[in-house]
Amino acid sequence: MLIKLANGTLYDPANGIDGEVRDLYIRDGRIAEPAGDEKVDQEYDLTGKVVMAGAIDLHTHIGGGKVTIARTLLPEDHRGDPMPRSELRRSSCGHVAPGTYYTGYRYAEMGYTAGFEPAVLPANARAAHMEMADIPMIDKGGYAMLGSDDFLLRMMAAGDDQEAINDYVAWTLQATQCIGIKVVNPGGISAFKFNQRSLDLDEEGPHYGQTPREILRRLARAVHELGVTHPLHVHGCNLGVPGNVDTTLRTIAGMEGLPVHLTHIQFHSYGTEGDYGFSSGAAQIAEAVNANPNVSVDVGQILFGQTVTASGDTMQQFANHSHANPSKWVCMDIECDAGCGVVPFRYKDQSFVNALQWAIGLEIFLLVDDPWRVFLTTDHPNGAPFMTYPHLIRLLMDRSFRNDLLATIHPQAQAMTTLASIDREYSLYEIAIMTRAGPARTLGLADYGHLGPGARADITVYTDQPDREAMFERPDYVFKSGELVVRNGEVVKVVWGTTHVTRPEYDRAIEKRLARYFDQYLTMRLDNFTMSDEEITEDGRGSITVHPTQGGSRQ
Amino acid sequence: MSENTTIVENATCTFCGCVCDDMELTVDLDEKRITKARNACVLGRAWFLEHRHQERPAALIDGREVSVEEAIEEAAQTLVKARFPIIYGLSDTTCEAQRQAVALADFLDGNIDTTTSVCHGPSGIAFQGVGESTATLGEVKNRADLLIYWGGNPAEAHPRHFTRYAVTPKGMFVPNGKKDRTVVLVDVRATPSTPVADIFIKVRPGRDFEVLWALRALVRGKPVDPGIEEVTGVPLATLEDLVERMKNCNFGVLFFGMGLTMTRGRHFNSGALLSLATDLNEFTHFVAKPVRGHGNVTGADNVVSWQTGYPFGVNFNRGYPRFNPGEFTTVDVLARGEADAACIISSDPASNFPRAAIEHLKRIPVITFDPKPTVTSELAHVAFTTATYGINVTGTAYRMDDVPIMLRPAFESPYPSDEELLRAITDRVRELRNG
Repeated sequence: MLIKLANGTLYDPANGIDGEVRDLYIRDGRIAEPAGDEKVDQEYDLTGKVVMAGAIDLHTHIGGGKVTIARTLLPEDHRGDPMPRSELRRSSCGHVAPGTYYTGYRYAEMGYTAGFEPAVLPANARAAHMEMADIPMIDKGGYAMLGSDDFLLRMMAAGDDQEAINDYVAWTLQATQCIGIKVVNPGGISAFKFNQRSLDLDEEGPHYGQTPREILRRLARAVHELGVTHPLHVHGCNLGVPGNVDTTLRTIAGMEGLPVHLTHIQFHSYGTEGDYGFSSGAAQIAEAVNANPNVSVDVGQILFGQTVTASGDTMQQFANHSHANPSKWVCMDIECDAGCGVVPFRYKDQSFVNALQWAIGLEIFLLVDDPWRVFLTTDHPNGAPFMTYPHLIRLLMDRSFRNDLLATIHPQAQAMTTLASIDREYSLYEIAIMTRAGPARTLGLADYGHLGPGARADITVYTDQPDREAMFERPDYVFKSGELVVRNGEVVKVVWGTTHVTRPEYDRAIEKRLARYFDQYLTMRLDNFTMSDEEITEDGRGSITVHPTQGGSRQ
Repeated sequence: MSENTTIVENATCTFCGCVCDDMELTVDLDEKRITKARNACVLGRAWFLEHRHQERPAALIDGREVSVEEAIEEAAQTLVKARFPIIYGLSDTTCEAQRQAVALADFLDGNIDTTTSVCHGPSGIAFQGVGESTATLGEVKNRADLLIYWGGNPAEAHPRHFTRYAVTPKGMFVPNGKKDRTVVLVDVRATPSTPVADIFIKVRPGRDFEVLWALRALVRGKPVDPGIEEVTGVPLATLEDLVERMKNCNFGVLFFGMGLTMTRGRHFNSGALLSLATDLNEFTHFVAKPVRGHGNVTGADNVVSWQTGYPFGVNFNRGYPRFNPGEFTTVDVLARGEADAACIISSDPASNFPRAAIEHLKRIPVITFDPKPTVTSELAHVAFTTATYGINVTGTAYRMDDVPIMLRPAFESPYPSDEELLRAITDRVRELRNG
C-alpha cells in the first residue's frame, strides 16, 4: 500500500528542509521513495498545509507511582474534565493529572507521537511501564533515576572505580527497560531520609560523604562512556530556591565538558535581587548554555492556572509543601532507591513570584540561540499540563501576543523581566527542531523526528494559520507508523506505540554483587526486580524498540 | 508423592498484602500440587500447600455444566441486557485482569468497585483529603527505629510483617534489628501481636480519633486536658511519653489497620493518623502506611486510579468515570437495590456483606470468577472456575506499599485465568453493543 501526501509544505530540520512544497510517500509504515511506476493507493491533497514529523515530548510525567499518586490525590481535578467513551475509545478523565487513556488520546490529538517519562525509579519501573502500557496512540520510554540510591552512594563511598559504576548504570538501564539515566537532586533524596532539608552542590551528603558534584560527574561519565545517546538528564540541586542560578552555573562548569541535559531549567534560574529577593537568572543561564555546546536544556515553562507538581525530589517538595493548593501533599521514600513528592499548585499571574517564573521561562526560550539544544516542555504537569503546549508555542512565535499577556501580569514582575525587549519570534522551522528533530537526535531515535526516506511515518499535518495556538491545538491529520490515527483533531483509530530502550553492554559480575546486596538489605529478590521483555510485550499491545549505543560502548 | 518434581525459586506469595517474593516452592508435577513452601509463613504455607487440583466443571450456568464458550456468551448477554451492571472484587487477581475488568465496566457503562471499599476505603478518602507522608517497606526495614501499629494484628493477619519488613530484621541503619527499634501497639484489646510491642496502649473502643487528635495537639505544643483519660482510657502521661518518642526518633512509622478504618470515625480516624505523621515531619522523619489485606488489593487501587482517575467506587453510567463512595460503592448499590447484574471477581461478598446487600445479590443474575466454590458462586447464574494467580497464573501484584512484583506460577491449571475470561467477555460485549 502506497500513500501519497501531495503538495504539503514540509518543515523537516533534520534534512534541512525549511518550508518547501514537496510530496511525501508512505509504504509499510515508513516514509518511502516510490518506484517509478508504482501505483498510489491513497492520496491526501495537502496544498497549503504544514507537514512535520510527529512531535516528541522528551520530559513528561505520564507513568510511575507519583503520577498515580497525583491522580488519586485529586478527584476534584478530574470532575471538570471527563472524557466520555465512544465506540472507538475508552472513557477517561483529565486534567492536570489525567488518566492514561486521556493522556494518549490528547497527546495524539495535538500531533504528538511519543512521550518520555523522565523519573522511572528502578524499584517502580514495573509500575511505570504498566501505566505506560495503558497509554494508547504514542510511543513511550523512560529515564531510570539514579543518584540518591543507596547502592551507588555505597559504591562511591567504597571508592569503586568508574568501570564498576558503568556496569551498574548499564545494568540499571537493562533491568528497568529504559533509554536514559536521570538524576534528581543528586544525593538530596537520600539526605532527606536522614532528615536533612537541603544539600548544595559541594556539600557532602550524610552517611556516604558524597557531594552532588561528584555524583553528577560519575553518572555523566558513565552515561557517556557507555555510549548512551541521551546525555545524563539532570534535575539539579536547589530546585526552586532563590539564588539557585549560581548552583546551576557551577553545575555546568562542574561537568568539565561532559555531555549533560539540564531539565526544567526554568526552576533552576533564579537570582536574589530586587525587593522580593527573587529575580531572573535567565540571561546568565542562556549565556552559559550558548557558550557550552555540551549542554542542552528543556525549559519546564510554567503557565498560569491549577496544576500539580510531581517529582522525585522529596527534599524540595517537602520544602514547598506550605504552598500546596489545595492544601494537601504527599512525600514517599522508596526502597533505598529514591522517593517522590506530590504537591498540588496554582500558578497565579498576580503573584510576583509566579509571574516572574513565567517570564523567566520565556526569557530562556528566547535567549538560547540554538534551538537544537533547547526543548519545549512544561515538565508536565509541574509547570502546566501538556495540553497547554499550543498556547506555549504561540507565546514563542507571536511577539505581540506575548507582550499583550506580559502587560497583564504582576506589575513588579513586569519591571523585573527583560521579556518586552526581546524581539525574537520562533519560526515554524525552529518549532519543528525543538519539538521533533531535536528530541529525536538527543534521544538517539534515528528513524524518528524527521521525514527522510526510511523514517518511521509518524507525521502531523496542520493548517497554516496566524493564530499558532489554534493551529497546533488541532492538526488536520496525524499518521502513526503510516496509519491515519487523528483527523481534524480527533482520534479516528486507536493504535499502540512501542517502548524505546537502549542496552549498553556490561560485565555481568555486577549482578552477583547486586544479588548479595538485595538479599541482605532489600525486600525484593533481584530476579523479581528486573523486568523482562515479556512484561511489556505479552498482552499484545506493547513492543520494544532497542536503540544502539554509540561507539563508546564496551564489549 | 511422585518423583516428577520441580523447584520454583523466588516465587511470590499473594495471600496477604505483604506479597513476599522469596518463596522456594517444591512442586509435584504429576499430582499438580505444591509439597513444600520454604520461607512461607503459616498463612502462606496454607495458601500454597492446600491448593489442590480439583476436578470441577470449568463453567456452570444455573448449576449446569457448560463449555467455557457458552458461559462467556451467557455472561456477555446477561451483562449487555442489564441497565446497571456492577463489577466487584478484584483484590485477589492480577493487575492484568484488573485492567480488563475496568475495560469491561467501561464498555458496559457499568460500575466498578473493589474490596477496598470495605477495608481501607476510608483511608483512601482520608488520603484525598490530607495527603500522606509515607514510605515503602524497604525503607522501614532499613531505617525505622520507632514502629507504631494502630488497630491491626499483624501477628495473625500478616505474620511476616514483623519478621521480614519491620520489627526483627536487621537493617542498614538499625543493624541490631529489634534491639534498635521501639515497637508500640495501639488497640482496643490485647492480641497475639501485643507481646511483640515494647509499649502497649489500650484505647477505649471507638475513641481512636480522640487519642490521635490529642497526640496532634501535643506534637504542636498545645495543652491537652487530663480528662482525656476518662474519654479514651489512655492517661495523658502515656500520650506525652509517646509524643516525646515520636519527636525524637530518627525515622518513625505509623502502620494502621481496619481497627481504625472500620470503627467509629472511619476516614476521620485515618485522616487524623495521616495528619499526625505529616505533622511530625516538622521535627523528624515520619511516615504512615495502611496495612493492606488481600494480595493485590493495592494493585486494584492503582489500576483503577490510573485508568479512571479514581481508586474505587467508580461509575460509568454517564459514559465517563464518576467517583462517589457511598453512592457507587458495592454494598450501597446492592443494598439500595439498584444493580441488576453483578460480576464478582475473586471475592465472596455473599459471605461477608450486610444482609440487605446479600438479599439483593440473590435477586439478580450474578457471574462469578473464582478458583474455588464460594457462597457467592453457589448463587451465581454463571460461575467460572479460574486458575489461581501466583500459583497457576503469572502477572503482576502490588505489595501493600505500592511496590509491584511479578508472579512466578508453580504449575499450569486446566482453567482459564481471570484475564483471559474478562478479555473474551469484553470483546463479546463490544460486539453486541456495537453490532
